[in-house]
Amino acid sequence: MLYLRKKNAFNGTPYSKSSPPDWAARFKKLAAQAKDPRLQSFYNAGTVDGDTPISKVPLVAMDFETTGLDPESNGIVSIGLVPMDLNRIRCSGAQHWILKPREELSSESIVIHGITHSEVARAPDIIRILDELLKALAGKVVVVHHRGIERPFLNAELLNRIGEGCEFPVIDTMELEARVYRSKPRGIVDRLLGRHPTSIRLADSRARYNLPFYSPHHALTDALASAELLQAQIADRYSPDTPIKELWK
Amino acid sequence: MQAEQLEILDFLHRHPPFCDLPEETLGWISQNIEISYFKAGTQILQFGEEVDALHIIRSGAVEVFRRNGDLHNRLSEGGIFGEFGLLRNRRVRFPAKALEDSLVYLIPETIFNELFENHELFADFVEIEDHTRLRHAVSRKEDANELMTSKVETLIAREPVTVNIQATVQEAAILMSEESVSSVLVVNERTGDPAKQASASGYLAGIVTDVDIRKRLVAAGLSYTTPVSEIMTRNLASIEHHQFVFEASLAMLRKNIHHLPVLKKGHPIGMIALSDIIRYESQNSLFVVSSIFHQYTVEDLKALGDDVKACFSRMVNEDANSHMIGSAMSIIGRSFKQRLLELAEVELGPPPVPYCFLALGSMAREEQLIVTDQDNALILDNRFDPDRHDGYFKALAKFVSDGLAECGYTYCKGEIMATNVKWRQPLHVWEDYFTEWIENPTPEFLLNSSIFFDLDGVWGKTDWAAQLRELIVREAKKSPRFLTCMARNALRRTPPLGFFKNFVMEKDGRHSNSFNIKRRGTAPLADLIRVHSLACGSTARNTFDRLQDIIDADILPHGHGQDIRDALEFIAMVRIRHQALDLEANRTPDNNVEPENLSDFERKTLKDAFQILSNAQKFVRFRYQSQRSR
Repeated sequence: MLYLRKKNAFNGTPYSKSSPPDWAARFKKLAAQAKDPRLQSFYNAGTVDGDTPISKVPLVAMDFETTGLDPESNGIVSIGLVPMDLNRIRCSGAQHWILKPREELSSESIVIHGITHSEVARAPDIIRILDELLKALAGKVVVVHHRGIERPFLNAELLNRIGEGCEFPVIDTMELEARVYRSKPRGIVDRLLGRHPTSIRLADSRARYNLPFYSPHHALTDALASAELLQAQIADRYSPDTPIKELWK
Repeated sequence: MQAEQLEILDFLHRHPPFCDLPEETLGWISQNIEISYFKAGTQILQFGEEVDALHIIRSGAVEVFRRNGDLHNRLSEGGIFGEFGLLRNRRVRFPAKALEDSLVYLIPETIFNELFENHELFADFVEIEDHTRLRHAVSRKEDANELMTSKVETLIAREPVTVNIQATVQEAAILMSEESVSSVLVVNERTGDPAKQASASGYLAGIVTDVDIRKRLVAAGLSYTTPVSEIMTRNLASIEHHQFVFEASLAMLRKNIHHLPVLKKGHPIGMIALSDIIRYESQNSLFVVSSIFHQYTVEDLKALGDDVKACFSRMVNEDANSHMIGSAMSIIGRSFKQRLLELAEVELGPPPVPYCFLALGSMAREEQLIVTDQDNALILDNRFDPDRHDGYFKALAKFVSDGLAECGYTYCKGEIMATNVKWRQPLHVWEDYFTEWIENPTPEFLLNSSIFFDLDGVWGKTDWAAQLRELIVREAKKSPRFLTCMARNALRRTPPLGFFKNFVMEKDGRHSNSFNIKRRGTAPLADLIRVHSLACGSTARNTFDRLQDIIDADILPHGHGQDIRDALEFIAMVRIRHQALDLEANRTPDNNVEPENLSDFERKTLKDAFQILSNAQKFVRFRYQSQRSR
């Protein structure tokens, strides 16, 4: 995932409780509209009904490393994903791709995720792995930490290359943390006293659940880290019977 | 494309038995691992259900149980479980439960089977019964040392968060929020000894937790300015900084708590959590103590005798020192007493007035070994009325005493037991006893009673025992005649002069085939150290701790304290090894050591040690006889 620097960090406005779309119906509509056969079969695989308990939902944790924060101008450097469900995270189905982004790698982003020019030079364009990627996501609900990255970036990359974007439901583990730690605006007393809000970044969130420290900035490790975090969050304050519509966005 | 799992690979590299596997095998395992998270208290494996993977703890802690519900083992990061089920009919044999929030890596059965077929070290590791594996582990020296000799203070990660006892609950709550802690220690600075440097932390008075604030303040509708002292929990368990890690784990186990404040001379210096110590645990004294508290009849307790002996032998084999073996055996002894008292109260009903059950002698000094008799007494509440209440306490004393005898703690020949009405008295009578003994001592009486000056409360109002100890310390210093009498008794038993291949040379030139190493070695050392400790006002109970106080008080000539410590340790270890050998050979262990069974090195070193004892006795004679003439 992309690690936001402080000035860009999540600004602490409370999450709205707007209800998520009816994804099952939305997928039917999108399947009819899609022109690209890969997208058609992705949407045709459908998604679970909103009332499905989380324990019955097939999931896949996904993380992107990107060259920057803006989906319009920056590109994807690597993708990591791990299939899972509420009981097990399955590394045997994990995948990791290094990609050739639309723009040159800045030396700053090399420092962050450790992927070098020569690796990128040998890497494929996202279009060459799209089929494989969409197959891995088909029929599953995607788990990310901070939904401002993966979905918009994939959408932008596809718009750019095949002229149509893509949509899918995600469970955002950062948003699940925000529901607890950003449920109301920071009070004036806290601001006057300079008290910092509880961090909802991936590593800090994990520490609250006694999850081990994993080195950040590797797409596959970060995907794994989000997968574990989701299991911990559900164990902590939801139940296996929680309907998916209360969790996804 | 199979993706490389760097974090998992790195973890496997650091933990046996995986660290011994070839690199490409580790890569293959890491790519096939499954992961599951368990919140504290969740059942991970249920007896009899199907098991499909080897479980490895990545973070957190897990308790493994026997089928009957007894605790079998506690595991932390790197610990594995589920292997028994995988090896035998794929059904869970040892249920497991998350003790803390835990992340578990799972090696699927097919992968496990391949590892088991192709890697001998791996197969050995998972197949051999786990107590044998523990022995393998501790036979590696560094582990053995860590397990057996680490002090609690080495586990302290940060200063404790404390508030003064006068603080309000709101002040405490603000501090807790700032420090991101869920509990705060309450300290009392008024009782500080002005001679000592005032400590910022003060003396531990209690603890306030999030739950206390919720239940005792908010729910009760009290004001935020209520003093913390009104809602804190008092009388909390704590541990001294110099105690051993295994003692901390015993304390937590016995009291069923997960956090323990660490004290240094009464001041809190840190807090340790169960997870800090879990990696030091092995299946020894801890599990004996645990099983003592799970028995419901004297018969069942008696059946644990073999476990106690096995625990003693294991500690000897694991190179534990005499202090640790003595403490472990004493804690086991105390646990038998405590459990018997619990059972007695079930049978006889609750006591009519409060009481304190006392341990005397070696148990109170934490120097009990495998051969020991029971020395105990009862302090009763001052409202005690013999006509109305003594029937109960007589029955209670008999129940415990008979029970202890069943469990291998023989009756005290000198009748120093709570069954003797003289030693079953209210607190004020005990205070009179000690005052009389100290103010008007007779050597004859004290000869058989030095044991009363090593006392410890094991059950009930244990602070009464502390009160008596304070009385002793206060009065003894003021009574040279008492110290002289105690000193004279400490000189009655002398060490043998020397050793030859197969006999002991006595001072009068007689030869003996054996000598009693307790009567001629450890006991006179404990006696003379007790005299010095009474003289310097030490409240310590353990002989090594007393010796430290004596050294600090500068009573002994320079360097002698360290010599005496070495001598005591060596003599005690010869005695302990002698008993362990007896146990191994299926003989009844005793204290009679035959020189022909000692190595040349032991004979030579024992001779040196006895010489130090002899010199130390001369110094006692010099010091406390000259006091009499003043």
